[in-house]
Amino acid sequence: MLPQILDGLSWALLLVGSGFTIISGIGLFRMPEFFTRTHAAGMTDSMAAIMILGGLLLQAPDWMVAVRLIAIAAFLALTSPTASHALAQAALADGLKPLLGGQQGKG
Amino acid sequence: MKSTLGLTTTLVIFWLLLSGHYTGLILSLGALSIALVVWIARRMDVVDHEVAPVHFTPKLIGYWLWLAGEIIKSTFDVTRRVLRGRGALHPAYEDVPIDQGTAMSETILANSITLTPGTLSVDVRNDVIRVHTVHKDLLVSLREGGMARRVKALEPKAKQS
Repeated sequence: MLPQILDGLSWALLLVGSGFTIISGIGLFRMPEFFTRTHAAGMTDSMAAIMILGGLLLQAPDWMVAVRLIAIAAFLALTSPTASHALAQAALADGLKPLLGGQQGKG
Repeated sequence: MKSTLGLTTTLVIFWLLLSGHYTGLILSLGALSIALVVWIARRMDVVDHEVAPVHFTPKLIGYWLWLAGEIIKSTFDVTRRVLRGRGALHPAYEDVPIDQGTAMSETILANSITLTPGTLSVDVRNDVIRVHTVHKDLLVSLREGGMARRVKALEPKAKQS
């Protein structure tokens, strides 16, 4: 019984994680400018990554694979904010100004 | 010297966990690559008290669980905004004052803000974090400082610098 429950949970995590990745991709297209797109893309980095890695973790055949998956999650948690930060810094350095609240309708 | 030892130990443990192949040749190649990394890190002069998370506390696990909850909540929020389109957006780009004490604490806070969908830390300087948010309401909860307080509580009291 337990293996079936874990398998089901694993599939649920993988499917929901993939769903968030797709929504994140839709967001990349729908958002009006660079900074808001970064927010949409960020969903893949945090939520979707955790869920997909969690789903894979439940499928792990032995603890060596499990440890590696956890290591990937840990490194992703460190590198993805760094990358987002570097992207935002690069955009600002290039003279890109964030579109703010009231300006939305005109875009 | 203590930091070099800490770095080496961390690398050895990490290598052993990732490798899984414990034959003579592979082990010696692993030892060689660790020695190379430690040598380069020392030459770059980046081996200091920040190199290994020696003040890694059990409190950190509690913080991660809390952060995971925040990530789930804001993922649903951003999902809603993505599906609704421009009407649900009201981007803001403002300074949020912080009082974290240590550089490590500032880094954890800035990274946590970026990891939470909908908020992005762009710059950290002079006790402020410049944050871009997908909606101005998200700035209010950042200014309330719940996350900042939790991050500050992770630092050992004696080691404020």
